[in-house]
Amino acid sequence: MSLELDAQVAQRDVDVALEAADGETVAVLGPNGAGKSTLLAVAAGLLRPDTGRVVLDGVELTGPGVWVAPHARRIALLAQDPLLFPHLSSLENVAFGPRSRGVRRRPAREQARSWLEEVGVADLADRPPGELSGGQAQRVAVARALAADPRLLLLDEPMAALDVAVRPALRQSLRRVLADRTVVLVTHDVLDALLLADRVVVVDAGRVVEAGPTTDVLTRPRSAFTARIAGLNMVRGAWRDGAVVAPDGHVVRGLTADPAPADGDTVVAVFRPNAVSVFREPPGGSPRNTIDATVTDLEPFGDQVRVRAATASGHSLAADVTSLATAELDLVPGAPVVFSIKATEVSIYRT
Amino acid sequence: MKQRQVGLPGWIFVPAALGAALVLLPLVGMASRVEWGSFVELVTSDSALTALWLSLKTSLVATLLCLLLGVPMALVLARTSFRGQGVVRSLVLLPLVLPPVVGGIALLYTFGRRGLLGEELDALGLQVAFSTSAVVLAQTFVSLPFLVVSLEGSLRSAGARYEEVAASLGARPTTVFRRVTLPLVLPGLVSGAVLSFARALGEFGATITFAGSLEGTTRTLPLFIYNLRVVDPDAAVAMSLVLVAVAVLVIAFARPGRSTW
Repeated sequence: MSLELDAQVAQRDVDVALEAADGETVAVLGPNGAGKSTLLAVAAGLLRPDTGRVVLDGVELTGPGVWVAPHARRIALLAQDPLLFPHLSSLENVAFGPRSRGVRRRPAREQARSWLEEVGVADLADRPPGELSGGQAQRVAVARALAADPRLLLLDEPMAALDVAVRPALRQSLRRVLADRTVVLVTHDVLDALLLADRVVVVDAGRVVEAGPTTDVLTRPRSAFTARIAGLNMVRGAWRDGAVVAPDGHVVRGLTADPAPADGDTVVAVFRPNAVSVFREPPGGSPRNTIDATVTDLEPFGDQVRVRAATASGHSLAADVTSLATAELDLVPGAPVVFSIKATEVSIYRT
Repeated sequence: MKQRQVGLPGWIFVPAALGAALVLLPLVGMASRVEWGSFVELVTSDSALTALWLSLKTSLVATLLCLLLGVPMALVLARTSFRGQGVVRSLVLLPLVLPPVVGGIALLYTFGRRGLLGEELDALGLQVAFSTSAVVLAQTFVSLPFLVVSLEGSLRSAGARYEEVAASLGARPTTVFRRVTLPLVLPGLVSGAVLSFARALGEFGATITFAGSLEGTTRTLPLFIYNLRVVDPDAAVAMSLVLVAVAVLVIAFARPGRSTW
């Protein structure tokens, strides 16, 4: 199902166009108030743009003189809050979509059960939403959205409200269930874009400022916003004894998503520049990950300095430190440094 | 541990206590006049039971009418926006502030024999004024705003987000209303209905103006008590106590915290 969206909403100063090919996941990145949610509301039929069109698989849903009601669009919406119906059990929540399409009670429940299984919460079927943790509730919400058999899935910051510790596992589950679906994913977490999306559209102040394949946009950001959020550090390697072992011998430990990788799997460890501490000498007795590197350049970055450094094998990494620390550590290009990262700040994914 | 709050000025407790006394003291006064020896006999006299039964019956029908008309009204007010909505909302709430006797007169000149719709109703063979239907109509007129206000508050605080999700899952508006909206606002709906019932049960002014006071047909409990208070004060006090008991039960049902009201 391919999506074409083009919307102008004067009141919110939004003028955006977006396309998603059949089976493609498009991430919409942007700061708060950039117009990301407006875009989703237009697609879902909850907001009528002043001008514009929404076309799904060649059929116009919103357009001049055309309006298809939200319930008839088969576009499911998954928000930041799970918004599970509080008076229904998990199972009945998931069965809501099939029931609304006219599926009989029993088969609807069977479908719901298999979707709950798909997202790994089959054991919570009989629980009321009030007894679920945030992560569990969001999994049920994912199952509910998928059970409605949507032609297009809209995700509005699906992990923003969740505990940092449960995000990697849910991200991994989403990665699996979103494959081959047409999805628009609104996020301000570049990790979501990197791991879930084929293409990225960056929106700022109601306009599309950048668009392209995820890796292109994130490695060669052209807008200020993208530059600020991009620049994630990635260490690729093989999974050995509970850690990522890079070809150059560095070992990185971190949080893995269920199911854990098996020995020998190709994995990537991802961490943000602001999670990196910089030292001139290896910190003694620290349980942290350490990576030896040589400073290649320094770049002022808001009230901080982004330190770029390369490992012996030429792999580039970045760290954000204060200008005071830059001076104290006497960081200049060519200086040998040790990057140190807490394991809890590192996300490990199979690739 | 007790929650400490910013202290209230000491003098504020004096008017607060006076206010509470103003509400409670008359009840005590009335209770002190009850002839307990003949209480059961007084409240179970034929005419008393007739009035009580008529009151319960008409109030129940009025509450059902309030639900039937008030739920859609609350939905339209809470979930749509149109020009003049503020004016419409104020007008709907008019019976809350209108003296009931004025409401009765308004009803009389609308549905009465020589009223606005009198001739049309007459042609259909319907005589509304001074009938049990008039009692129900008067009760519905005064109690409808209670349901609408209570439910509109619940609908607004529940928000439309669950309904949006339900629609995105493919539920038609009627399905959304039945399976999502109604269950979510059920507490507000129940307390609104209970308040409406209580208001209908206590209705006096509009009823006596529009429906009169015919035993067995339009003489509800409040009208019965009003008639009785001259000829048989003891019975009037006893029946009043019954109404107080009903009111207390109703408040227990619809106590604050269950809804926005």
